[in-house]
Order: sequence, then structure tokens, then C-alpha cells
Amino acid sequence: MQNHSDNGSVKTTGWMSSTIGRKQLVGVTGLGLSGFVLTHMLGNMLILVGPQAYNQYAHALVTNPFIYIAEAGLIAMFLAHMFIALRLSWSNWNARDFKYAMRPSGAKRTTFTQRSLWAQGLLILAFTILHLITFKYGPNYTANYGGIEMRDLHKLVIEVFQEPVYVAWYIVALIVLGFHLSHGVGSSLQTLGIHHIRYQRHFKTVSIVYALIVTVGFLSQPIYVYFLRG
Amino acid sequence: MSDKKMNLNLKVWRQAGPQAKGHFQEIQATDVSEHMSFLEMLDVVNDNLVRKGEETIEFDHDCREGICGSCAMVINGNPHGPDRATTTCQLHMRRFKDGESITIEPFRAKSFPILKDLVTDRSAFDRIQKAGGYISANTGSAQDANNIPVPKKKADLAFASATCIGCGACVAACKNASAALFVSAKISHLALLPQGEAERSERALGMVAQMDAEGFGACTNTGACSASCPVEISLENIARMNREFMFASLKKK
Ligand code: FES
Repeated sequence: MQNHSDNGSVKTTGWMSSTIGRKQLVGVTGLGLSGFVLTHMLGNMLILVGPQAYNQYAHALVTNPFIYIAEAGLIAMFLAHMFIALRLSWSNWNARDFKYAMRPSGAKRTTFTQRSLWAQGLLILAFTILHLITFKYGPNYTANYGGIEMRDLHKLVIEVFQEPVYVAWYIVALIVLGFHLSHGVGSSLQTLGIHHIRYQRHFKTVSIVYALIVTVGFLSQPIYVYFLRG
Repeated sequence: MSDKKMNLNLKVWRQAGPQAKGHFQEIQATDVSEHMSFLEMLDVVNDNLVRKGEETIEFDHDCREGICGSCAMVINGNPHGPDRATTTCQLHMRRFKDGESITIEPFRAKSFPILKDLVTDRSAFDRIQKAGGYISANTGSAQDANNIPVPKKKADLAFASATCIGCGACVAACKNASAALFVSAKISHLALLPQGEAERSERALGMVAQMDAEGFGACTNTGACSASCPVEISLENIARMNREFMFASLKKK
């Protein structure tokens, strides 16, 4: 095979059409979304404080003029992350046309989390759509604090988190998200070239601890509402 | 020295040619010495097949001392067998138990087409190497080596990357059949040294482009490659390749 054209330069591909460039896009958007879920979880923690704090926080968010830019950015990151990752998964499957008869063992094996990232992603997509329908586009209760009328999201959340089926689905989806994040954050760093012999172990730990914090934080909310408040 | 003999049930992938449909064949390996290497065990099996007038099992081998990377096969799902830092030719039969069943398959990846039985065509690696895995040295007398200082730590890292024997176990082990570990070792080995500096960007761009053109998958950072690597090439190389490629893409004119 000839790799050199006549002028002596090597055949190359663009960053966006290379596997590495695409993985780096998945990594960057993944890290952006990871930052979002963390702030989302922390904001939601106001449910433990009370209806007024919760509603006023939500009101401050939706009335901020930058909300549209932020939402557009989030949607762009979500879609890019999903489409590029699915495309890569598809070519990854096709890179091996015949499966092995036996799975590897010991250190040579991969974890179920690593093999099912695409499926976790699709479940998170389904969850996100239902989540938006339930809350963002759900029933519009209102509350009034000091003459300012705003949406009573707190009332809606308490209502929803009293349905056992919804709470169960929420818990399952969030645990799946946790596994996705525990692999994703560390993997994104590696894909972006961030690897250091001395700190490598800590990168992995941070990834897992971060995923745990997000998952446990989110899960504490329906559990609090369903078991303690309900 | 004791010499325990064992009998094994082999399930070997047989495939007459590149286009032929393959299948598993059950073959008994009898009187196998525990001191044999895995390849020697296959030699004995083949010897018996010859005596019976049957076709031998084709497999690649050359040095039989773990340095050439020829002896590619997947043993019970593991490239180069169950041990770490071991090539198939260096794997001893004492690692198996009398009466055990052993499944032997070729390295499986679309970019490594099967030629016959366990033999695969791994020339994709050669083409990647040709796309930038070299330095251009001008003719004339070599300059004094001490004119190019190389820090010891960097030299060690470059040497560690250069130990890659190009066997392809990383591809075989990867759930995506990705060649990231191989390509990153080859890119790193030169990127870490001043001699590789001149073609540094071109090398990263060219080798990655060829890797993609060959149809290898992308890297999910599972680490199965490094765990299967006979010389334990580190995942740090993959991060370095990702960096090299990212910066080379940014700087590209
Ligand atoms: S035959 Fe050379 S490495 Fe095994």
C-alpha cells in the first residue's frame, strides 16, 4: 500500500473524521454533561430544605436570560455525545466480524459496564425524555412568595415521588447513570491525553467517587420523599 | 525432574482458506509433557495428524522465545493464553490440568483476515508502521551521540514503548478490535526521543490515519490490551498518542 503521495507528504485524516478525534468529542461532551448532572443534583438537594428554597431556585434558573443559551448548549452536547458515541460503537462492532467462542478471563477480560456503555446511554436517553415530560412539561402548579408568582415544582416533585413505579424506575435509571459516569469520567481524561503515572490511580478513584456522589445525591431525594416524607 | 504426562481435549479452529467457512474440530492431545511449551504441544498434535494422514493445524511461529510476535492465537478466550506478559511460545503446558478442554482460536479482527486455521494476515500493522513509524536519517557520518542529550527517564520510557513486538494481541483482546495500544507504542517510542522530533506531527497524523483506514475499532479504555500484551505496553502510551494526535491536528497546516 502506498502511503506517500508524490509530494512526499503522508496521507492524513481530519480530526473530526478520525476515531481519536471522535472519541475526544465524546469525552469533552461527556465531561460537560458530567458537570451538568453534578450541579443539577446539588440544586435538587434543596428539596431537603423546603418548598420555598426549591421553588425559588428553580424560578431563578428559568428566569435567567442565559437559560436559553445554557439549554441549547446542553442539548447540543447531549446529542453530539450520543450520536458520535453510537456511531463509534457501530464501527467498533463491525471491526470484528466473527465473535470468539470463549470470553477472556482474569485481567484480560472487560467489565459488563465497559461492554454495555451504549445500552446505558440509550437507557439514559429514554430516562431524560420521560424526565422532561414529567417535570419540565408536567402539570403547572403555582406558588406565591412575597407577591412573586412562580411554578410550584416542589409540589409536583412530591407528588411524582410518591408513585412507587416512578421511584423504582428513577432508582434503576440513576444507578445505570452512575455506572456510566464511573467509567466515563476516567475514560474521557485518558482519551483527552490526560494520564500521569503518579496520579493515574487517583484519576480512577475520582471518577468512581464522583459517580457515587452524583448517584447517591440524586437517589437520596426520591428516597427521602417516598419513605420519610410520604 | 519429574515429567507428568497429561491428556487434553483440544477444540481447534479449522479454516481451509480466507474465504472458507471455519469450524471447531475436537482433537485429543495425548501424552503431553508438562514441560512442553504450548507450541510444542501443537507440534506433537500435528505430528500425530501427519501420521494419520490428516491435515496439520496451521499456526504462525518463528523465534519461540517471545521476541518475534508470530505465535498469535487465542487460548480459552485469552490472547496468548491465561498468563500475563507471556507469548504463546513461552506458555508452559504445566499451566493446564490433565483432562482439561482447551479452545484454540485465531486472533479475530476484520483487519486481521484469517489465512488458514490459526494463521492471520497481520500486514495491516506493517502498513501503519510505514505511514510514519520511522525517522529519516540523512547519509554521511553519524554525529557524536553525546551531542543529543536524552534524559534517562525519557530513554527508559521510549525503550519500554519500543519493546512492542507487534504481535497483535492488543487487537485480539480488545472488544472493539482496536489497534490503539500497538499504534501508540510505535508513536510514543519515537515521540519521546529527540531523533523522532522532526517528524513528530506527521507521524501521529499518518499512523492514526492508516490505523483508521485499516478498519480497526476505536479505544474504550478498557485496558484488556495492556493486560494481554506479552511485553506489558502501558496504557500511558494511548494517552500520549491521543495527545500527539490532538496537537498535531491543531497545528496542521
Ligand atoms: S514465536 Fe516468536 S514470539 Fe512466539
